[in-house]
Amino acid sequence: MSSMPQGRFEPEGRGGSAAVGKAVKITGQIHTKEDLYVDGEVEGTIEAMEHKLTIGPNGTVKATVRAREVVVLGSIAGNVEATDRLEIRKDAKLVGDIKTARIIIEDGAYFKGSIDIVKPEPARAPSKPSNPANPSSGAAHATAAPVPAGTADAKR
Amino acid sequence: MLLPEPLKGLFKSRSGQPGNGTPQRANPGGAMAGLRSGASGPAPAIRPSRGLEQFFGYIRGQSGLTILDLGGATQKNVSFITDLGHRLYSEDFLRILHESFGPDGEDQSNPGRIEYFLKQALDYPEAQFDGVLVWDVLEYLSPALLTAVIERLQHIVRPKSYLLAFFHADDKQDLVQTYTFRIEGVSALEVSQQEMRRPMQLFNNRSVEKLFGRFDSVKFFLTRERLREVIVKV
Repeated sequence: MSSMPQGRFEPEGRGGSAAVGKAVKITGQIHTKEDLYVDGEVEGTIEAMEHKLTIGPNGTVKATVRAREVVVLGSIAGNVEATDRLEIRKDAKLVGDIKTARIIIEDGAYFKGSIDIVKPEPARAPSKPSNPANPSSGAAHATAAPVPAGTADAKR
Repeated sequence: MLLPEPLKGLFKSRSGQPGNGTPQRANPGGAMAGLRSGASGPAPAIRPSRGLEQFFGYIRGQSGLTILDLGGATQKNVSFITDLGHRLYSEDFLRILHESFGPDGEDQSNPGRIEYFLKQALDYPEAQFDGVLVWDVLEYLSPALLTAVIERLQHIVRPKSYLLAFFHADDKQDLVQTYTFRIEGVSALEVSQQEMRRPMQLFNNRSVEKLFGRFDSVKFFLTRERLREVIVKV
C-alpha cells in the first residue's frame, strides 16, 4: 500500500488475484484465469480474457494485452484489447492501439495510438424466451449488455 | 469550487494579460517551458464553436471515418468522436514537440530533428485520415518545422477532408494563453485555460491563408477568446 500514490488506487483486496511484484521481470506469455495485478515488468503477451488486468503505478508492460477489463496506472507499450472496458488513469502512459467497448481516460494520462470502440454484439435471441426470473449472474458475456462492467468488482 | 473574488474574472482576461494575482508561468525559457497538463486553472467555459460546427457538419451522417486529434486524449473528445462511430487517433502533439526539441523549442530548423519529430508525431500513411483536429498547436513551431508539419498533414489526410486549427487573433504578443479544448457537442466547446506560453510565430489572416495556400480553401471564425477558428479544406 505504501507504494501507491495517495488516494489513487485501492487494490480492492487483491485476494484471489495473481500479482507480479515490482521487483519481478517476466519475458514471455502470461495467460491467467484470475485477475492479475502487474507492478513489475512484463515483455511479451498478457491474456486474461475473462478477467481484470491492472498495471500498477510501477508496472511497465511491453506487450500485447487482452483482458476483459484493463486498468492502467503505470505504462503499457503495445496494443490493448479490453472486451469490457479500459481505464487509463492520471499519470499512466499507454502507447498502442486500443480496441474496447468502453474507455475512461483521466486528465493527465498520456495516450498515443488509435481507439476503436467495439460495441459488444447484442446477445443472440434465444430460440426460447429467456426466463427473467433466473438471470445468469456470472457470465462474462453479460458485459455485452450495457450494464456497468465494474459492478462485479466493486462488490468485492 | 468557488473561486476567490480576484480570480473570478480571470477567464475573461485578454490573452497575454493575466489577471490580478494570477500564478502565470512567464515561460522565459522558451516556447515549450510550460507543458499542457490536466492542471486546473480558472473554471472551464463552454462556448459555441462555429469551427467545430463546420468540421462536424462536413462529416455529418457518416460513420467509420478516421479522425486524428493532435490535442492529446481527453475523455470528452474520445467519447464524442467514437460515439459518432468514428475511429480516433490521438497524438499529444505538444508533448512530443517538447520531448523532441526540449523546453526551449530550440533547433526546430534542424532537418534531422524535424524528421525525427515527424516520425514521432505524424508517422502515418498517405491519406489515412478523414479529418484532423489540429487545435492551437501550430503557433509553437518555427517556420521550417511548420512547413514540414503542414506538408505532412497534407500528405496524411484524404483530399476533400478538413482540418480545424486555432490561431490567436492578436499577432503581436510575446506570450499567449494556451487552452485545452474539449468537445461538448457538434457546435460547442469547453475551453480551459492552461499556462502562458511563448509562441514561435503568430499569424494574421493573410499569413494563415498563405500557410494553407496549397489547400483547397480556408475559412475563419473569430471567437470570444480572440482566437481564430480556421477550417481548412484539403
